[in-house]
Amino acid sequence: MRIEEHPILKFNKGKMIKFVFDGQEMEGYEGETIAAALHAAGVKVLGKSLFLHRPRGFYCAIGNCSSCLMTVNGVANVKTCVTDLEEGMIVEIQEGRGVIV
Amino acid sequence: MKQAEIVIIGGGPAGLCAALSAAKSGSNVLIIDKNKNLGGQLIKQTHMFFGSEKQYASKRGIDIPEILIDELFKYKENIEIKTEATAVGMYEDGIITVLEKEDNYYKIEPKAVIVATGAYEKFLSFPNNDLPGIYGAGAVQTLMNVYGVKPGNKVLMVGAGNIGLIVSYQLMQAGVEVKAILDAAPKIGGYLVHASKIRRMGVPILTSHTVKEAIGNEFLEKVVISEVDEKFNRIKGTEMIFDVDVMCISVGLTPLNELLALRGCEMKYIPQLSGIVPVRNENYETTVENVFVAGDATGVEEASAAMVEGFLAGLCAAAKIGYKPDDFIDRKNDYIKQLNNLRSGPAGKHILAGIEQIGR
Amino acid sequence: MFEKTGIPSAEMIMKKFPPIERINKGAVAVIECYKEIPCNPCETACKFDAINVGEDINSIPKAKFENCTGCAICLSKCPGLAIMIVDGSKSKDTVEVKIPYEFLPLPKEGQFVKGLNREGSYITDVKVLKVLAPKSFDRTPVITIEVDRRFLYEIRNIKVEV
Repeated sequence: MRIEEHPILKFNKGKMIKFVFDGQEMEGYEGETIAAALHAAGVKVLGKSLFLHRPRGFYCAIGNCSSCLMTVNGVANVKTCVTDLEEGMIVEIQEGRGVIV
Repeated sequence: MKQAEIVIIGGGPAGLCAALSAAKSGSNVLIIDKNKNLGGQLIKQTHMFFGSEKQYASKRGIDIPEILIDELFKYKENIEIKTEATAVGMYEDGIITVLEKEDNYYKIEPKAVIVATGAYEKFLSFPNNDLPGIYGAGAVQTLMNVYGVKPGNKVLMVGAGNIGLIVSYQLMQAGVEVKAILDAAPKIGGYLVHASKIRRMGVPILTSHTVKEAIGNEFLEKVVISEVDEKFNRIKGTEMIFDVDVMCISVGLTPLNELLALRGCEMKYIPQLSGIVPVRNENYETTVENVFVAGDATGVEEASAAMVEGFLAGLCAAAKIGYKPDDFIDRKNDYIKQLNNLRSGPAGKHILAGIEQIGR
Repeated sequence: MFEKTGIPSAEMIMKKFPPIERINKGAVAVIECYKEIPCNPCETACKFDAINVGEDINSIPKAKFENCTGCAICLSKCPGLAIMIVDGSKSKDTVEVKIPYEFLPLPKEGQFVKGLNREGSYITDVKVLKVLAPKSFDRTPVITIEVDRRFLYEIRNIKVEV
């Protein structure tokens, strides 16, 4: 779902790095956010709502709405839409509010 | 406790112009912005701006932050910039509290503050409006224009104001199909040149239509729309279904300015300015001394107006704390003239009507 | 009507075109700006004093056809992409039309593409004569197409098949 060529913009992509989502190895660009990388890979569901377990995904894109909270490298409630992707990150859909160790 | 002369909360068009104006007058300026980069919403606007030369008409929004930052660089001795810094509070004693990055929390004691925090998007109520794939216009622009990721393959745009029309055009530039644009109003709300651009690409604009419900299991799959009457009631039997994986909700913005309420500024609900705004004078000073405001935080309008309001607020805030250069009157009159120019046509009537109600 | 559909009526369109005698003399701008909005970069861009907006930047631009050279700088600067250039001086049967085109892929010179009207409907095939995308046009390429004269008042856009 990436835009290869754009009539107005030039996207300066960093290097391709690997990360793990839901047990699967995936790729994304260094410097983009976790949520953007997941979206580019076609992942639409990032979590479930607390009580009715309705699917939750990307929404505000700027760290305001909490729709994108996921567990990253064991840390719960990470705002994936404003957190940069790093090599080797382990990204998981969390159950409910996530486990805070 | 940090001391500062003028703190500007928000580094978008209004904030950057306020900084430039205040620095030009000789004041020290501290810009605080919660994002990684300055520019606010400008960084997502790939289209050419309107207005006149002084508001960078014809320049693409994406190019304006660089122009303003280059200008600011001339005053680099006077300017400090903090990004990834969120102003979390503004208190009765004038102190501003800031959380920078994850864990750097500090307080600032400014002589004056300019709140240029912009606006946030409104949303719509309808069944299943929480499905992944239903986004606001800001998110669609962020995905496409900042990260280079398509929000989906087929979009239904809700809202035919300037943002709905512009984002539809941007979606098509990104290679995404726009099935239709809806608006509950009987007329197109945005500039008709934007509408004409979209129509000649074959995209239908359905006025007097609204969303009935969204359908999908794990994500959006279909949308049911229906026609509405002049009272915005749905007309039975007019349902249409669109197979889309994205619905973009562009139904307007509302000012984002709780910091001012927290600070004790008198606030008023003004529909023509799209929400709750601070009562202010023509110097853009609120009812609390030395607390100024500029841009969409003072009433949702256009980027061109935000920039000029920023220039004006910066000039007046600097003057208030003692920096009144010789060209003060000329600059003030010029900014006021530019604002009048932008607002004197039919496109500015409702803004003028709103401003009339928030005078101190 | 226009406010509902975004499509100007034939009457509105004709008012923006110069007389056919002028179109047949050489390239001239057609400024399809129908509503008052605060905007005047077309006036600022024109080096030939062929566009007037005036003190009140909300005024609808007025074209002075006799001064226009059809250079298309205004076309590239108009934020609403509302301007096109028409030239009926090159042939009896066809007219040359310049339009802004901010999409990929750009057509190639010599290519035939679909010509669309203001509703985005196909009206006729058109030949791409020139694709101009200099830096000064700031990413608004200007495409010159050759259209059958019959479609002078309808042609407004193109579709490049991928």
